[in-house]
Amino acid sequence: MAKLLYERPLITPLNTGMTNKFGTRTEYRPMTHIDHVAVKDLLQEFGSPLFVFSERQIRNNYQSAKRAFETRYPKVQFAWSYKTNYLDAICNIFHQKGSWGEVVSGFEYKKALKNGVPGDKILFNGPDKTNEDLKMAIENNSPIHIDHLDELYRLTEMARELNKKPRVAIRVNMDTGIYPMWDRFGFNYENGQAWDAVNKILSNDVLDLIGLHCHIGTFMLAPSAYGIAASKMSELALSIKRQHGKVIEYIDMGGGFASKNTLKGAYLIGADTVPEISEFAEAITSAILNAGFDKDELPYLYLETGRALVDDAGFLLGSVISNKRLSDGRRATILDFGVNNLFTSFWYDHKVSPAQEFGMHTENSVLYGPLCMNIDVVRENVSLPPLNAGDQLVVHHVGAYNFTQSMQFITLRPAVVLIDMKDETHLVRVREDNDSVQRYEQVPEYLKPFKL
Amino acid sequence: MKVKKNVALSDSGFLFNPSSGESYSVNPIGQEIIKMLNEESSEEEIIATLLEKYNVERDTLEKDIRDFFGMLELYGVVKPEEA
Ligand SMILES: Cc1ncc(COP(=O)(O)O)c(C=O)c1O
Repeated sequence: MAKLLYERPLITPLNTGMTNKFGTRTEYRPMTHIDHVAVKDLLQEFGSPLFVFSERQIRNNYQSAKRAFETRYPKVQFAWSYKTNYLDAICNIFHQKGSWGEVVSGFEYKKALKNGVPGDKILFNGPDKTNEDLKMAIENNSPIHIDHLDELYRLTEMARELNKKPRVAIRVNMDTGIYPMWDRFGFNYENGQAWDAVNKILSNDVLDLIGLHCHIGTFMLAPSAYGIAASKMSELALSIKRQHGKVIEYIDMGGGFASKNTLKGAYLIGADTVPEISEFAEAITSAILNAGFDKDELPYLYLETGRALVDDAGFLLGSVISNKRLSDGRRATILDFGVNNLFTSFWYDHKVSPAQEFGMHTENSVLYGPLCMNIDVVRENVSLPPLNAGDQLVVHHVGAYNFTQSMQFITLRPAVVLIDMKDETHLVRVREDNDSVQRYEQVPEYLKPFKL
Repeated sequence: MKVKKNVALSDSGFLFNPSSGESYSVNPIGQEIIKMLNEESSEEEIIATLLEKYNVERDTLEKDIRDFFGMLELYGVVKPEEA
């Protein structure tokens, strides 16, 4: 007779009277497939842990964001925020959909160029642009978003030397009622810095002021803040027209729309509380449409949306190494991935699902990564079925910032696989090996020999 | 190891411990183990029975059963082992 599937014996207290208002939320519903590809097969073929991206999800996200804006406003352009995820394959999906590139360093800039984005469709943001970066951007005719006065002076000087007229925007920060205010980037609106920068640019004919840029924060949950920001940006554009006769071609509202992750300490899970993109679109587009632009001088609306377009398209798959009982009776599960691969677990309670079928019973467990470090906690407390060594897990919503911020620390970075529209898999980044790290190291000759 | 006399275990895996007033949910294999304990089976007998029935390595099963016993003690479902 075939033996039955084994499940660890469990006894779990039922906290009658002590459950929170919404009941305890269990996450044990298994996720055996991503799109139509079995998690088991993915891990078998590409190894564990593994990052997996769904091209279908990315395209769907982009399509609905684009629709949300284009049904409300006639001139919309997305620019893919490279830092959110600069795996070339991922960037190229966005470029195929029509997205330009938005970069914040020379490294990202060169990546976008190499991917084939035309220079005039790369928006160059950030406080740290070297002279070499600026020269590259000037020569490629890229919109340069000026962050501070030093950059403005440097750029003016370089433009004179090169005898070119760079296309520029200024980054504006402002009070939108959101705390903390991101006032370390760009020129402040309320105290007149932004207006001062505009006057400086327009007082000579060296730089071509074509746009205004802002990025009011990230993981923003309040569409109304975008409404305020869009009004202030429009007001500034209209004043420039009034006082200098200069028509501003575009208003760039940056990124920042929250993805459906759950912030640590949140009472409700993100999927239930995060506003839809259409709510942000409504706030932004009505503010611009109502600002009083002449019909034929309506600015382009640029968007640098990052996390909201890619977070839920990324998964981290991994395996259970062991489980144990802590001294206080809590269950601990040790996984083959940790904060090195899942940087965002410092601020999100990531949803974690088992990748195989289980019974109905669950237990609370703390999920630890494999690093020999106390900080390596993936989830402090999660209700899951009894997991055994070798069982597999899926972490949801890891598409934004995880890969770009993942660390080579103690272990090597995992491979990345893309599942295409036909459910075929493509290895888009190979698993690192020792050589990926050691090739950059050099040992002085005298330190080479030793005897033990 | 003996289950306390007044502990009630339903077929659905609902366990009530009147001495503490706490209730628990027990999964099917856990229920089997508690039933065997009620029938005064030894740890070795329990392991042998389960090894027959389930697809599991002895090492894993032993570790899990020890852990389960630990939890039964922690929750006051069993009488403490006599020294
Ligand atoms: C200038 C700029 N644009 C766009 C983004 C993308 O933001 P998000 O991923 O929150 O949409 C960022 C991220 O911080 C940014 O700094």
